[in-house]
Amino acid sequence: MTATLLIEQVLNGLQFGTMLFLMAAGLTLVFGVMGLINLAHGSLYMVGAFAAATAAAATGNFLLALVAALAAAALAGALVEILVLRRLYRRDHLDQVLATFALILIFSEGTRWIFGSFPLYLDVPQALSGTVRLGTLTYPAYRLAIIVVGIAVALGLWLLINRTRLGVQIRAGEADREMIAALGIDIAKLYTVVFALGAALAGLAGALIGPIQSVQVGMGEPVLIMAFVVVVIGGIGSIKGALVGAILVGLTDTLGRFLFPVILGAFTDPSSATAIGSALASMSIYILMALILVWRPTGLMGAH
Amino acid sequence: MSRETVLNLAILAGLLAVALTAHLSGEPFLVTLATKAAILGLAGVGLNLALGYGGLVSFGHAAFFGIGGYAAGILASAAQNYEPLMTWPLELPGTTSMPIIWATAVIAAGLVALPIGALSLRTGGVHFIMITLAFAQMIYYFAISWPAYGGEDGLSIYVRNTLGTLDTMDPLTFFLIVFALLLLVLGLTLMATRSRFGLALAMARQNPLRLTSMGVRPFRVRLTAFVLSAMAVALAGALYADLNRFVSPSMLSWHLSGELIVFVILGGVGRPLGPLIGAALYVLLESQLGQLTEYWQLPLGIILLLVVLFARGGVIGLVTGRNANA
Repeated sequence: MTATLLIEQVLNGLQFGTMLFLMAAGLTLVFGVMGLINLAHGSLYMVGAFAAATAAAATGNFLLALVAALAAAALAGALVEILVLRRLYRRDHLDQVLATFALILIFSEGTRWIFGSFPLYLDVPQALSGTVRLGTLTYPAYRLAIIVVGIAVALGLWLLINRTRLGVQIRAGEADREMIAALGIDIAKLYTVVFALGAALAGLAGALIGPIQSVQVGMGEPVLIMAFVVVVIGGIGSIKGALVGAILVGLTDTLGRFLFPVILGAFTDPSSATAIGSALASMSIYILMALILVWRPTGLMGAH
Repeated sequence: MSRETVLNLAILAGLLAVALTAHLSGEPFLVTLATKAAILGLAGVGLNLALGYGGLVSFGHAAFFGIGGYAAGILASAAQNYEPLMTWPLELPGTTSMPIIWATAVIAAGLVALPIGALSLRTGGVHFIMITLAFAQMIYYFAISWPAYGGEDGLSIYVRNTLGTLDTMDPLTFFLIVFALLLLVLGLTLMATRSRFGLALAMARQNPLRLTSMGVRPFRVRLTAFVLSAMAVALAGALYADLNRFVSPSMLSWHLSGELIVFVILGGVGRPLGPLIGAALYVLLESQLGQLTEYWQLPLGIILLLVVLFARGGVIGLVTGRNANA
């Protein structure tokens, strides 16, 4: 194990973390403002990836593909909010879980119907297909770009929520929904906008990850569950918590997969070290979550 | 008898009648479908104890279903391959005896549910949903990456496990075994919900503060309900593995946790037999829609969505026209 290899894994962890942040930010925003648990968030991620793959295949332009992903996911999110979720804000979480579970079935099966079961492929854009030299390390430019996009989105969200009129309304909506309705703000429209914003972030994550993994039905589900872990760790409703949680989970997962087999290799033979190590690594983020829950049941930055 | 009691008896009699007539008219496939409905119904009855009576929305009960399944699979494959289950610290052989498998499944699930429940119940509401989901996912990934028991490919049970001298490979015999266990668990659940524990559990859901003022800690009551519920679901898991003669990580997947919740809600939350009718409907829809279209989950999703939005008491609520008072 060399330092270069370790740095590469840390960067991979950061890249995974920023992608998780894009997912978790939407989830935590929707929960914080509307009190809604949305299992179908992974479907919006999938919608983004499929829209990007289709647009890229038609135009060959990655930027257009990103725009298509944002638009498709935001549109799907707004539609779902207006048609279904709006009726569920006052219901208990059980109804929300079931309705959004039904939405997953509809989205997944609908996508399979339209696009078939075979995965689609999305190419890394020409300009980012090379590598970047960082000291002794050569790292794919595209993965570095994902990290940069993630940081930019985090900054943008911070500005949006703390420095704009919409942000004031969102924060007020979290605190007291009757009051902001009384102040003449159309709360139904605000909720649709917030949901579409969260959906667009999920779609962006799906489109960005498309060139790294294949674009297929069900791709959103593992990510959704990891995003839940991020939200629980960071504290529900906190964007800052989502950022910290996402980086923590991204690093733990990636470094765990890399380090556990190496560490165990010092004690047992290589094949069982790999087996036990990968089993341990796949459990590591959940163990991290359990430890944080013992310490702080509402998450690192949770107020609720 | 109330309308619901009559309906409940009719449901049980109906399930039995379906299996018997299918057997007599020589349609073993239908018997197997009825068995599947009974097993999934049993799992739903187990989940209902936590979800319906206790108000604990667990999105991770597939973990216990899968643990039950793996208990059956691991014990049976060890016995069928004549390999000891473990050699250290003491040598344990596998077994194909159903009662031993059931007991192992139930105890193993209880032992796993205890720490998961204790940690998850530190929180409530939406945290609880996400955390139970995450723990179930942890066990799922563990099952996939741990190579000893088939990993992603799962484990086959070559011949169904044994119960005394009964021919368990006969579809009707196996159905009757499952049906008897379903009745047993239903009876136990009814007794539990009517006991002091059941009343405390209902109060923990409705008004935990009041329960505390009566000198009962809601945490303990909830944890007991969570563990008992996990044990019942594990029993169903062991039976399900025997039905298919196969276990795989898909029994542990979050999709299954979602389906278990669907059974409970489709039938009616907090109704003793709600999960059974929910599971039966689900199996029926699955087999009927599956004949119509390859994409049967699309209409299923739409039906589910309509039930959540417009039929809040589930099927039993629609038929009896009353809210659950459990």
